[in-house]
Amino acid sequence: MTTFTPLSAAIGGALIGLAAVLLMLLTGRIAGISGIAGGLLSGSSDRAWRVAFILGLILAPVAGMLAGDPMPAPVMPGSWAIVIAAGLLVGFGTRRASGCTSGHGVCGVARLSVRSIVATAVFMGTAIVVVALTRHVWGG
Amino acid sequence: MLALAGLVCGFIFGLGLLISGMTQPTKVLGFLDLFGAWDPSLAVVMAAALAVSGIGFAVIKRRAPLLAPQSQWPTRTDIDGALLAGSVLFGIGWGLVGLCPGPAIENIATLSPRVIAFVAAMAAGMVLHDGLQTRRAARAELAAAGATDG
Repeated sequence: MTTFTPLSAAIGGALIGLAAVLLMLLTGRIAGISGIAGGLLSGSSDRAWRVAFILGLILAPVAGMLAGDPMPAPVMPGSWAIVIAAGLLVGFGTRRASGCTSGHGVCGVARLSVRSIVATAVFMGTAIVVVALTRHVWGG
Repeated sequence: MLALAGLVCGFIFGLGLLISGMTQPTKVLGFLDLFGAWDPSLAVVMAAALAVSGIGFAVIKRRAPLLAPQSQWPTRTDIDGALLAGSVLFGIGWGLVGLCPGPAIENIATLSPRVIAFVAAMAAGMVLHDGLQTRRAARAELAAAGATDG
């Protein structure tokens, strides 16, 4: 169970939006993480900025740690089999849908793309159903 | 320069996820748990991100990027089966553990074995999809060639 943290959510969200606008302004690219990572794995020719973006993503909590505010270790429910199955589903699904929470959910919805709005509604709705089932119907 | 821009943007993006608490799967699941003790934080993160990127994108829409020849705005508008099926599969995985690609990759920094397993499986899922896609495209090309020849 977690508590509502509107202030840090608003500050963090604004930074995510800022990063997306900056990336487009500087490189002309959409800040979609599954697209950036997927392009890297499928042998896209422009590897350097993709690797750098992912490195920056990982460096943020490292900087936080050096500043004396370490990121808490993530707590994930479920067995190892569930964690691995979920990883496979997220990887396959985001590539099939050409985007995830960042590419569709933030960048696409910000452009008012109907395609991205539909994708976001579908993955968010599905995830809500899955959490309802695992937490309230099948126990846990 | 392009790589430096990528590094800085990835870092700011990572700070945003970190500060907002979206790197914690429990916080994401707390938002997805509409029928439990609902934590609306993720909705505020999305609203703030959309406000900044919506205005920012509108302002820079018609200008060329500073470090590249042209902007690569997405052009597809069709709502096809792949979009819907992919989003359902992604939603199942996201709902099971509360990690989507950005926070998953960022969490590598914690060296958590479960996160590393998740990211490895995610990469495998991406490679599997792209491999099948290439094979499907090759088969379609072969069929098209057959049709013309026949």
